Amino acid sequence: MDYRKRTKAELAARVAQDIFDGAVVNLGIGQPTLVANHLPAGREVILHSENGILGMGAAPAAEEEDFDLINAGKQPVTLLPGGSFFHHADSFAMMRGGHLDICVLGAFQVSETGDLANWHTGEQGAIPAVGGAMDLATGAKQTWVMMDLLTRSGESKLVGKCTYPLTGIGCVKRVYTDLATFACTAEGLRLIDLVDGLGVEQLRQLIGLRIRT
Amino acid sequence: MINKLTSSVAQALADIPDGATILIGGFGTAGVPNELIDGLLVQGARDLTVVNNNAGNGNAGLAALLAAGRVRKMVCSFPRQADSHVFDQLYRSAKLELELVPQGNLAERIRAAGAGIGAFFCPTGFGTDLAKTNGKERETREINGKHYVLEYPIHGDVALIKAERGDRWGNLTYRKAARNFGPVMAMAARRTVATVHEIAALGGLDPESIVTPGIFVTQIVHIERTATRAGGFRKAA
Repeated sequence: MDYRKRTKAELAARVAQDIFDGAVVNLGIGQPTLVANHLPAGREVILHSENGILGMGAAPAAEEEDFDLINAGKQPVTLLPGGSFFHHADSFAMMRGGHLDICVLGAFQVSETGDLANWHTGEQGAIPAVGGAMDLATGAKQTWVMMDLLTRSGESKLVGKCTYPLTGIGCVKRVYTDLATFACTAEGLRLIDLVDGLGVEQLRQLIGLRIRT
Repeated sequence: MINKLTSSVAQALADIPDGATILIGGFGTAGVPNELIDGLLVQGARDLTVVNNNAGNGNAGLAALLAAGRVRKMVCSFPRQADSHVFDQLYRSAKLELELVPQGNLAERIRAAGAGIGAFFCPTGFGTDLAKTNGKERETREINGKHYVLEYPIHGDVALIKAERGDRWGNLTYRKAARNFGPVMAMAARRTVATVHEIAALGGLDPESIVTPGIFVTQIVHIERTATRAGGFRKAA
């Protein structure tokens, strides 16, 4: 059967669809940032940025940038009415103290039980960088990952056991990918949805893991 | 009379010794005390340990301090940047020691130093390579079924931070996301030097809005707001 992968925008929209009204959310740098553009109308969502912002708004118009008002990816943003600023220890207390409802992160690998690897490839000479990934992964009420299911060479990024250095153990609740959405549980993967035209057996073969439906 | 206003960067940084641990505020373009970093380069202290979220961008500021061979060790959470070539080269050639710290641990360890905490148990990084020091796992503890790693405070000899407004008692306010590490770093160092763009008369800062009370600040240097990499301006203005 023929299937078509979700585009980056479609994947972002798929994640956004599950973010509930009133949620306080941290979107990781890179792909997860796109989710903000797809939040369904009528849902009031408060975006947190780890450098000290609650109530982050969209990017400013050209020439309106204020370089004291940037997001974690260091891009200029705006502040919504009701937004606030705070220092780093308070910002990470929000993250580590279980005050954020959802964080959405990218990943190199996720294990079927929700272990996350997203900070370091461990390769010789690679410059490591962790930022707030470990704090978010273990501190948010729900950690979701958004990523392509397969690497460019076709290997599954969903794995039995991560081979890259870990960011957190058993911390990922859901994985949104270009082919399917999964829940990670102590008993392994559970399928939430998959793209039209893709069969469960075909998906199982792609990732080589047991999937409960 | 208490007067923490200092007339120049050079005077504020005069006696920083070799081997000092320097906490430097800033995240991205916001809250970086560029003039103080440049001043430290001129001042000449060597063998420094620098604590900053990143490890320098481009060739200026912290990157210039690294390139000049003045830093022995970086403590940071996110050294890898598109333009961190100075750090990358020093790190790969083992000329610079790196202590990589999850960003929340960095903030909290600095805060702990300021608050007199001896050490604290924290869940971040449990079971990962960053729960190890020199390859050896740090102490862990299970508390109510959850796993924690023991983390120690990060004390500074000197903190260099950028604020927005200050008065002669050393009270500070910040601007937007430029606040970032400023308040915790100010607490954690024996001596804190802050730049401000405006000097307020005593009583001129709303006491309800002072973010860093002057007790945490040693010296204040006034820096004109210019359209520089320090940010905090509108490009169109």
